[in-house]
Amino acid sequence: MPKSPRSGRSTPHPDFDPLALYRTMVTIRLFEEKVGELFTAARIHGAVHLYLGQEAVATGACAALEAEDYITSTHRGHGHCIAKGGRLDSMLAEIFGKATGYCKGKGGSMHIADLDSGILGANGIVGGGIPIATGAALACKLQRNGRIVLCFFSDGASNEGSFHESLNLASVLTLPVIFLCENNQWAVSTPASWSIPIENVADRSAGYGMPGVVVDGCDPLAVHQAVQDAAARARSGQGPTLIEAKTYRWEGHYKGDPQTYRSRQEVEEWRRERDPIVLFQHRLETDGLMDEPRARRIHEEVQRAIEVAVAYAEASPEPGPELLYADLFAEEGSEP
Amino acid sequence: MSPIPYSQAIRDALREEMKRDPCVFLLGEDIGKHGGAFGVTRGLFDEFGPERGIETPISEAVIAGAAVGAAIAGCRPVAEIMYMDFVTLAMDQIVNQAAKMRYMFGGKAKVPLVIRMPSGAGRGNAAQHMQSLEAWFCHVPGLKVVMPSTPADAKGLLKSAIRDDNPVIFIEHKLLYAVKGDVPEGDYTIPLGKADVKRAGQDVTIVATSRMVQFALEASDRLASEGISAEVVDPRTLVPLDLETILASVRRTHVAVVVHEAPRRGGYGAEIAAEIQEQAFDWLDAPVARICGEDVPIPFSKALESLAIPDTDRIAAGVRHVLGR
Repeated sequence: MPKSPRSGRSTPHPDFDPLALYRTMVTIRLFEEKVGELFTAARIHGAVHLYLGQEAVATGACAALEAEDYITSTHRGHGHCIAKGGRLDSMLAEIFGKATGYCKGKGGSMHIADLDSGILGANGIVGGGIPIATGAALACKLQRNGRIVLCFFSDGASNEGSFHESLNLASVLTLPVIFLCENNQWAVSTPASWSIPIENVADRSAGYGMPGVVVDGCDPLAVHQAVQDAAARARSGQGPTLIEAKTYRWEGHYKGDPQTYRSRQEVEEWRRERDPIVLFQHRLETDGLMDEPRARRIHEEVQRAIEVAVAYAEASPEPGPELLYADLFAEEGSEP
Repeated sequence: MSPIPYSQAIRDALREEMKRDPCVFLLGEDIGKHGGAFGVTRGLFDEFGPERGIETPISEAVIAGAAVGAAIAGCRPVAEIMYMDFVTLAMDQIVNQAAKMRYMFGGKAKVPLVIRMPSGAGRGNAAQHMQSLEAWFCHVPGLKVVMPSTPADAKGLLKSAIRDDNPVIFIEHKLLYAVKGDVPEGDYTIPLGKADVKRAGQDVTIVATSRMVQFALEASDRLASEGISAEVVDPRTLVPLDLETILASVRRTHVAVVVHEAPRRGGYGAEIAAEIQEQAFDWLDAPVARICGEDVPIPFSKALESLAIPDTDRIAAGVRHVLGR
């Protein structure tokens, strides 16, 4: 098991509520468990890539953003979407391929987007969102709208050419973007310890003249602090930051992946010792911010909300044939 | 109206749209002081400053991707790819991202961007600088594809492309940049999806694109002296394609010849020929002929390069052949 760096006790930001963070993490956890269960029961089709084990990253990171800021996401994007304020019912309807889903059932799990919430889309192409985040940050800079962009990607994506081109351009143009690498140790079956010949993805920042920060991706407060610092830097015109959150992919690459490439023991160690929700719960209890009954209540409330969303999604209609060609092109233009 | 070069017509369109809409900006390699590899953006950097004429490192993937990201976040980027051949380095962002976003997101995103790129052979830059790759983009649902052959068309179509809310691949031709033509004064646009009959005729319809329109017109002059009256139709935009104008012409002339510079196999001419044969079969007196580039990389040698792409002689010969003359 790769050693995770210890994070110091950062002082919680006055604007944020640790219990809200806990609730978001639990929502992601229970949502993903439900999606996995629905997939295994063949109630949803296609493929799903679960965010289990990484809940602290999306939660801590998005809590450091303003509502109007943007994120770009990945194929493992449900957690990002929930943390940025996506609706569970619209997400689940999309994962079911229903007409009421975020994308009218035409995107599915890998393409959930909600531009109104600043979610510029999950992405089926590894590294595909990094140039898009860079461009959105360019738009923010040109429009002087004070927004910033948080770009989620993975250890695997940091080996793509798009990563290099994007970090280079973002630095050259001093763009308000945060590149957040979730190093979950595995790119499908390829371990980061083999595919990345240096210890930290964050060390690659040196090649682009931007700060590189390593944080414990199992600690939402550590992630939050790092993203908050990077956000302040971005908003004050100092340009991009590369953050690497060390975390772990509990599930296979996709639900149903036989995972012949890694040991069950490794997975069990991470689950047992580095469960971000258990760790955070202990910390909140130690700090006197939450007790066990409160935690149980949060779990129950979230579980009920997810069941309601599942019922909504399953009862929703399939998209009709009129949607096959709908939305291929925008009709209107910028004619005065 | 005064004749101006194709490159200036494009520059005028860029300048006018940048003045008209503060959301429009340029990005690409060497497009600043240098004015781009072909000088198309010369002067715009000085006029609009570095924020609207954004110089980038050599990095086609992020040029295209930054255009996509900026477009969905409210801007109207016009990206330049220095040679069309280099677009291979940007294909994920164009094919998987720009083209699909609106559809894949259920109509949420608007992706108003233009990617300009010069295609075409004839100046000895060999296999990696001279290609015409338009068929690739036509094959991807969600992209519009524009290929102007004259300065007036280039200007009017580029202005429409910039105002369009969809990703538009705008394919220029390197050997047309210096060609002059009359361009209407003032603000005018040409709608995407409208073909133009460049020359009226009765005996044969020649459907030609980009620089091949010039050669088709020259071939038509030559054929006229032999008593053959050729009509030349320039689709101007390949997606959306104005099939009606092409079919109307073929229904009058009963003979169709499709001409493009790109290799014949899998070229867009095959699509046009198939549509003509499906929709105007009863009007045809002969199979639809194609006069296209050879199925080879563009060779460096002048002698070989000229064999690799159609010219006036070959178009005239092809028309005579299909007419049995």
